[in-house]
Amino acid sequence: MTALTTGARASAVGTAHTRVEGRDKVTGAARYAGEIPFDGLAHGWLVLSTITRGRVLSVDADPVLGMTGVLTVLHHGNAPRVDIDYTGVLGMPPDPTIAVFQHDRVPHAGWPVALVVAETSEQAREAAESLVVRYEEEAHDVTFPGERPDASTGPGPGGPGATEKGDLEAELAASAFVLDAEYSTPEEHHNSMEPHAVTALWDGGRLEVVDSNQGTVWVADELAKLFSLDPASVRVRSEHVGGGFGSKGVRAHQVAAVMAATSLSRPVRVVMTRRQMFSLAGYRSPTTQRVRLGADAEGRLRALEHRCLSRTSTVYEFIESGAGPARVMYDAPAHHTENQVVELDVPSPTFMRAPGEAPGSFALESAIDELAEQCGIDPIELRLRNEPEVGPVSGLPFSTRNLPACFREGARRFGWADRDPRPGVRREGRWLLGTGTAAASFFAGAAPSTAAVTAEADGTFTVRINAADIGTGARTALTLVAADAFEVPTDRVRVRIGDSDFGPAMIAGGSMGTRSWAWAVTAAAGELRERLSLGDGIPPEGITVRSDTTEAVGALAQKERHSFGAQFAEVAVDVATGEVRVRRMLGVFAAGRIVNPLTARGQFRGGMIWGISMALHEEAVRDRNTGALYGADLAGYHVATNADVPLVEADWVDDPDPDDPVGIKGIGEIGIVGAAAAVANAVWHATGVRHRALPIRPDRVLTAGTRA
Amino acid sequence: MATAPSPTYSAVTLNINGEKHTLTVDHRTTLLDALRERLDMNGTKKGCDQGQCGACTVLIDKRRAVSCLQLAVAAEGREITTIEGVAEGEQLHPVQQAFLDLDGYQCGYCTPGQICSAVALIEEHAAGWPSAVTDDVRPEAGPPPLTADEIRERMSGNLCRCGAYVSIVQAVARAAGIASEAGPVPGSAQDGSTREGAAA
Repeated sequence: MTALTTGARASAVGTAHTRVEGRDKVTGAARYAGEIPFDGLAHGWLVLSTITRGRVLSVDADPVLGMTGVLTVLHHGNAPRVDIDYTGVLGMPPDPTIAVFQHDRVPHAGWPVALVVAETSEQAREAAESLVVRYEEEAHDVTFPGERPDASTGPGPGGPGATEKGDLEAELAASAFVLDAEYSTPEEHHNSMEPHAVTALWDGGRLEVVDSNQGTVWVADELAKLFSLDPASVRVRSEHVGGGFGSKGVRAHQVAAVMAATSLSRPVRVVMTRRQMFSLAGYRSPTTQRVRLGADAEGRLRALEHRCLSRTSTVYEFIESGAGPARVMYDAPAHHTENQVVELDVPSPTFMRAPGEAPGSFALESAIDELAEQCGIDPIELRLRNEPEVGPVSGLPFSTRNLPACFREGARRFGWADRDPRPGVRREGRWLLGTGTAAASFFAGAAPSTAAVTAEADGTFTVRINAADIGTGARTALTLVAADAFEVPTDRVRVRIGDSDFGPAMIAGGSMGTRSWAWAVTAAAGELRERLSLGDGIPPEGITVRSDTTEAVGALAQKERHSFGAQFAEVAVDVATGEVRVRRMLGVFAAGRIVNPLTARGQFRGGMIWGISMALHEEAVRDRNTGALYGADLAGYHVATNADVPLVEADWVDDPDPDDPVGIKGIGEIGIVGAAAAVANAVWHATGVRHRALPIRPDRVLTAGTRA
Repeated sequence: MATAPSPTYSAVTLNINGEKHTLTVDHRTTLLDALRERLDMNGTKKGCDQGQCGACTVLIDKRRAVSCLQLAVAAEGREITTIEGVAEGEQLHPVQQAFLDLDGYQCGYCTPGQICSAVALIEEHAAGWPSAVTDDVRPEAGPPPLTADEIRERMSGNLCRCGAYVSIVQAVARAAGIASEAGPVPGSAQDGSTREGAAA
């Protein structure tokens, strides 16, 4: 690891620092995408299909165009054509859902069929709700899982579709203990607090887009390709982002806004309503998973099989790769994993915080707990006995794998040693009590990025990097990294982010943002310090140095690179109502060097709270008859509230990445991994009954009963 | 835009943060949209527009209200306080300072609503209002202890999808001037967390 500090100066990295934009956020001064004023702003309102499958026969625009304030109605009969035959910056083809109003087909409920634009938002909303769209309806199929002979195997964010080594059936037959269980997770939605919002306008020959997204270059690149524009003529800015969790990429509203701004020659803002987000913002597919484990008498795995079935839309393939975690976590002589997907008449799913790992770890870490029960071995001990030397599938060495240290530290702080392993024996009034644990892992990667750093004549430094701070604290983390790189106090560093004109950089995604950006900032700062050491003085315009980490990141040796963690939960289960309350939770992580302990703790906790929410609350229910969701809002779709969340503690062990200039791995997603399994395992410990379907609703608890 | 009186528009004078604002509004305009789209006061956030998330919480006559369910024309004559009016000039309100210091947020979008809610919560509690988790609700019992559970219950009208609840509870407790049962505050002497390099 590169030494970052010299002399007596304390390192900023590793020291708690409040958010640099914090004052703006607590005073309401921070402006998010839908809040920046523009002269002549018009308001667009999306109209979504009320059928699930079929085609649009007509869009009766004329009556609506006669309404006060209405400026235009865009639909498939009049919208400009866009090109979707391209590969985006993430190396993936676009989800055709973003190519709005190109044809009359309706492939799912809530498909965008028109955009109504008016002078005010009230006028736009009334007109959109008045617009009559006639359809020819066809039979649809949204049933999941059901019998799916048409499922296909394919790759997802977690790697290839299937991996296979060894003779599974032979090893299972030879095992002293065998577990064979099915698990399921429901459709889940990101629900960032800030709805997706964009304003598009043409200014001096350039398309200016003020947006809420996880990567301005991502959005700018795809808009340029969609509209066949010179990339230099598209600028996307995204200063403050009210949460993303994977949902804030390129979506229908941005494309519709650009179409309207182009046809009206004035700024157009389109904001998704909360209900529209359930159709347009992407979501996590439901999964059904089968795990088969075989172990010898000492609990060492002889066989591991993890199969995950998810669903996608008929227009785009996105696979929720729940079988991915097994490829990292546990080895066995026979080791099979497979991710399958089935196409249904539903919206396209997408990345949602820890795609693959979140549902996959629920199944795998529940199964490991069940195996430990069968073997009569403590679940932490069972995991430690199955720590692999190298990547179970790849055979590659781990860069670092400090999972045992997480379990040791977590067990000590949680008081695991005093745990009575018997289920259903602790009672406190009407509450049954239990504790559970689970392991976590998440890929730790870096992606090429560029940065520009400027030594200003007044002795300060300006960093320009196309990072996105979606609540991660990236802006503050990069300030600390830059302060160390320049060896100056943090108040002499200004970090500017969220502007596609700053050049290509990694998106806020894959838990790779801060690491990738910090690398580019460190590289540029190092070169700038060399320039400054020549001592020629700083001209009024400052001295600027640019970096591009493409080569350095590409030179990383092939290794298994992951963060790890140990999750612990204590629950109380009300035997009369079936309510499950989490009483406390602890996560200990080995997730690289922690740049800002204050914000990192919050991010780990936030992930763990997503785990509580996933375990107990979140479930989008799709109506087989209509093909749409029941209660597509925050009253019908429950996310954890303050009263659902106890004291959640998060901490970490020393785990700097030896191949990263700052030692960072990435912490955005690992907090949710394993968290739902820890809760579910605690519910078993409380009640003696396994819950293999999420969420663990009161009715499920009551129906399942207890063995207490 | 039409001038008042008209079937669809009215002139309304809103008292916001001690200042009077007279404007002509569409009768359908919510207080939230009047603030955000007419008065350029964007600190109040729109999270759901349905009264479910609490992001648009403001104080109306010192009590918490979701401004998305309030029509602007019905808010005349009321004393409205938004996040822009919580601080005393440059001096942050203790709730704001605590949210800042203890990182009671992540993306910041629910934060103005959380802060307005917390400001009113402290007043409601001091006035003796019980909550759903208060054990003794008799008026003569006086204000219940403002425990972490009381704060959690009383802040549950404000969703935070980033999951900053633990530090929100700590921040409200600090601003209310009470010891928090929500666990040690980061960096405090009671914070027994491992420092980098201390373990493994």
